[in-house]
Amino acid sequence: MKVPMPQHPPALETRGVNKWFGANHANRDVSLAVPKGTIHGVIGENGAGKSTIMSIVYGYLPADGGTILVDGRPVAVRSPRDALAAGIGMVHQHFMLVDSFSVLENVLLGAEGGVTLAAGMARARAELTRLARDYGLEVDLDRPVGELPVGAQQRVEILKALYRGADLLILDEPTGVLTPQETDHLFRILRALRGQGKTVVIITHKLREIMELTDNVTVMRRGQVVANVATADTSREALAELMVGRKVLLRVEKAPAMPGPAVLEVSGLRVRDGAGVERVKGVGLTVRAGEIVGIAGVSGNGQSELLEALAGMRPPAGGSVRLRGQELADRPDRFTARGLRALGVGHVPEDRQRVGLVTSFEAQECAILGHQGDPAFNGRLLMDRRALFDRCAAEMDAYDVRPRDPRLPAANFSGGNQQKIVLAREMERNPDLLLVGQPTRGVDIGAIEFIHRRLVALRDQGKAILLVSVELDEIRALSDRILVMFDGRLVGEVAPDEADERRLGLMMAGVAEAA
Amino acid sequence: MAQDAAQGVTGRGFGRPGEVPGWVGYALLPLLNLLAALVLSGLVILVIGENPLDVLALLVTEAVGYPEAIGYTLYYTTSYIFTGLAVAIAFHCGLFNIGGEGQAYLGGLGAGLVGLALTGWPWPVAALGAVVLSALFGAVWGAVPGWLQAKRGSHIVITTIMFNFIAAAIMTYLLVDVLIRPGSQSPETREFDPGVWLPTMDRALGWFGVAIPASPLNLSFLWALACCALFYLFLWRTRWGYEIRTVGRNERAAVYAGISPARNIILAMAISGALAGFVGVNEIMGVQHRILLNFTGGVGFVGIAVALMGRNHPVGIILAALLFGVLAQGGGQVSFEYPTVNRELVMVIQGLVILFAGALENLFKPRVEALFRRRREWRGGGHDGGTAHG
Repeated sequence: MKVPMPQHPPALETRGVNKWFGANHANRDVSLAVPKGTIHGVIGENGAGKSTIMSIVYGYLPADGGTILVDGRPVAVRSPRDALAAGIGMVHQHFMLVDSFSVLENVLLGAEGGVTLAAGMARARAELTRLARDYGLEVDLDRPVGELPVGAQQRVEILKALYRGADLLILDEPTGVLTPQETDHLFRILRALRGQGKTVVIITHKLREIMELTDNVTVMRRGQVVANVATADTSREALAELMVGRKVLLRVEKAPAMPGPAVLEVSGLRVRDGAGVERVKGVGLTVRAGEIVGIAGVSGNGQSELLEALAGMRPPAGGSVRLRGQELADRPDRFTARGLRALGVGHVPEDRQRVGLVTSFEAQECAILGHQGDPAFNGRLLMDRRALFDRCAAEMDAYDVRPRDPRLPAANFSGGNQQKIVLAREMERNPDLLLVGQPTRGVDIGAIEFIHRRLVALRDQGKAILLVSVELDEIRALSDRILVMFDGRLVGEVAPDEADERRLGLMMAGVAEAA
Repeated sequence: MAQDAAQGVTGRGFGRPGEVPGWVGYALLPLLNLLAALVLSGLVILVIGENPLDVLALLVTEAVGYPEAIGYTLYYTTSYIFTGLAVAIAFHCGLFNIGGEGQAYLGGLGAGLVGLALTGWPWPVAALGAVVLSALFGAVWGAVPGWLQAKRGSHIVITTIMFNFIAAAIMTYLLVDVLIRPGSQSPETREFDPGVWLPTMDRALGWFGVAIPASPLNLSFLWALACCALFYLFLWRTRWGYEIRTVGRNERAAVYAGISPARNIILAMAISGALAGFVGVNEIMGVQHRILLNFTGGVGFVGIAVALMGRNHPVGIILAALLFGVLAQGGGQVSFEYPTVNRELVMVIQGLVILFAGALENLFKPRVEALFRRRREWRGGGHDGGTAHG
């Protein structure tokens, strides 16, 4: 690790940056300094303002006040073009690549350097080969980007930034879509960049990555910087506490499972997505009462379609699904979202904002989504608003949803509180089988702790839970059995105490089968 | 370890919703938009050489200045409420119903057939029959494009426009070849039996000993107000309205909740068509007392502006319909008085109102909201806290 020389001005510094979104003070006097030649972490919960400050630095958003300095000189960044001119490059969470173009063409896009492409191509090829060699950024320059795995696409984004002369690289949640092996590879590249004197800023909410990779870390909470510390002087627990503002338990405590009879039995299940592509290619699994079965896998390997099919949102293309011994796949009348709910299946969807909630609805209206026909909420003609309100208020109490206002539109709650509204709705129905997708995606650490405890408590009541998550930590913390999904198939089962990251990672990448 | 001094700041103002008072969005901004439209209209009138203040004063006087004028204004308002509600309910289901014109046209056919058939019956029976049949005809004319959208994926905007043309063609055929009064040259039916006419408001109030001057305003105005109340109850207080709104706001969430988008699209379009069809009750049973060509005169399209300006809420729709009623009635009178301010220019003014209220809705919004936000900042503290978000 390098200690920055004190006489050198920081590669990037912000002084008193403010940003408003409507009534939301997203950045409040944000001041931070990134020493040259270091890897700097910016960490915070969702909505803490870490992406906002970096979008301001990269010229996507205009600041409402404050100064940005690059290498000690104030710069006016009004667009990404200005940022690039100042030597700042950014790699986004969602890649900005043209799938049908080759790697070379993608890198050249917007920096063609001449009327004809040939000269620029040759120059770029030479330069990229050098960059690839220096930093371990090997990619096949002539392959179409769409054919590359996600990790390689990310390397293309990094190459793009470096080719444009970036000395400071900002990465926004770079590991969200990567397998553990790809993450390791990325970290090696970032360390190589640091070794060559480049500066790296990484935005993340994953404490482990911060501890493993960074030299210094800036912690943000509610739009403010609450700490700037050297990584060596802090710990995961201390950072978590700074992010949340109170002590948090990072790992849920649970007793061994006591599985009962099988609740859900699936065999040979095949599911097609909206475009008719088969995404689940013959999956068989069993979930028993009183256990949590976790499905690990890199996002996009059919887990989402599997979960949606089991929830009745997507008709299966084949196979058998039995609920408490009752065959459902040949009962299209029962095998619907409505029918399954009536049979005691709860479903916490992966995407709460686009599926699990209607964000413009009041919280109390969201609290009955899927149960709007329930006699408890309906008179002969009109809905019983009192019952709605009371139900939602009770659930908000039980799940500590803040603010406790059933009349507030769901959009005005934070991610964690939105998720609690969904969880409360699905879990308070006392389902025999709970399907849970990404229960803590974009959820604050404090809420994660709460949600995990609730799921374990539900298991201990003897309910069957099928958990789909791309967060390996979460899968390992909660599951009693882990199934690994790759390319639409389950490629193996692992007990959580045997599931070390490396082994799971290889299985998730489709490299190794379980023993 | 934590070096930043700002740590102790309370959560006031951070991410708390509703910092800008609600009346700003519902009252202040529409008024500002209206004002901007009027200023620009004034400039246009100035350019053609008239005094904008005189013209405006005349427009307002002729629309609301004396009882008879108010009657006319409310008569226009009635139809605008119906079509405004029609556009709004489709919009709540995520659909843009451009076909109010055709649905109103066919609704008039339904109402008119009742009027032709029930000679000698008491008027309440005819009124009820006209309401039912105009709703039915309008509903079918709305539901078919809805069905095409839900089942075949044909875009509702295209199909409803096409259905306007089909409705016009059907009406022309019927009035020229089938329903025309025998021996007549003009394409319209015979006049209905006066006994089945929907009573005008002056007649109805006369029963209670209240005298107001005669105007086309008739009892369908009360039905329009009732429809507003029913609209509210249906959409926000029943599970069917809940399902329609869910489909409109988030179709995937609807599928998740076991709500059929197709069913609700067809239902919403049927209700939308029925509401537009009620224009026929006002025009045919209340005013014209016979079926004739082009009696709708664009009310279906004005309904789009009314719904837009009224924020798709019945209260807003009543207010917006009133505004357009004033423009229609006052504007018509202005064009009599000022030869230079012709009907087309009145339409320009209407267009400016629509432009500012609809298309440029967000013109003033960021600035006004920023103003309110700053004001709160300056006042500092002082406000009871909403709870901070976790």
